[in-house]
Amino acid sequence: MACFTVPLAEAIIVTVVKKVVEKKERDSQVKCTKQSELVSANETGLSWSQKLSWLTRLLWGGVVLLALEHIWHGEVVPWMPFLTAMNNPADIAPMLHEIATIGTSMAVFVTLIWIVMVLVADHKVKYISKNVKVEN
Amino acid sequence: MYLIFTAIAALVSTVIWYKNAPEDKYMLSTLSLIYWGATLMWFVDHVMAYLIEGGEFFEITLDATLLGVTVVLLGLLVWLIILLVKDPKKVFYKVLHSKR
Repeated sequence: MACFTVPLAEAIIVTVVKKVVEKKERDSQVKCTKQSELVSANETGLSWSQKLSWLTRLLWGGVVLLALEHIWHGEVVPWMPFLTAMNNPADIAPMLHEIATIGTSMAVFVTLIWIVMVLVADHKVKYISKNVKVEN
Repeated sequence: MYLIFTAIAALVSTVIWYKNAPEDKYMLSTLSLIYWGATLMWFVDHVMAYLIEGGEFFEITLDATLLGVTVVLLGLLVWLIILLVKDPKKVFYKVLHSKR
C-alpha cells in the first residue's frame, strides 16, 4: 500500500548524511594538501561518501521504481492525500501495518546488503594494498 | 513478473558495468544500483506476501509483464536523466565551448 515510504525516509536521511560527510572529507582534503600530506588511494581505501553513495543509489532507485508500481496499482495518486488508503478509515490500519512490517523489512534488507558490500570492498582494498606493499 | 524483469535488468547492467570497469564513463554503476535497489525491495515484498498470504510467488499475468517492461524503461529514463545532468564526458561543455 505504501511500503516504499520507509526506504524513502531512509533515502532522505542517508542523502543528508552523505552531503555532510562529503563536506567533511573535502575540508580534511584541503587541510592535508596544505600540509603536503597527500596520502595515496591505496592507503586511505574507499571514502565514506563513496560508500554512502552506493546506499543512496540503491535506496532512491528502489523507491522510484516501487513508486511507479504503486501508481500502476492505484495505491498512490498525484493529489491529496496521495495514498488512496487514506480515503477509507478501514484501510488506514492495514496500511500502517504494511509500512511497519514490509517497509521496515525492505529498508533493513537493503541496508544489510549494503553493509556486506562495504565489508567486501574494504577487505578487497586491504588485500590489494597488502599485495602492493609486498611487491614493492 | 516485474521482479524477474528488474532482476534481469540488474544482472545485465552489472555485467556491462563490470566489462567496462574501472572506467564508468556512462555511469552504469548507477543504473545497476537503481535496478538492484528495486530488485531487493521487491524480493522482500514477494517473500513477505508469500509467507503471510500464500499463493504464487511470481505473478505471471499480462498486467505484471507490462508493469515489468515499464519499470525497466523508467529505470533507463532515470539513469539517462542523471547521465545528462552530471554529463561525465563533458559533452555539453565541449559542444557549447566549440560553438563560441
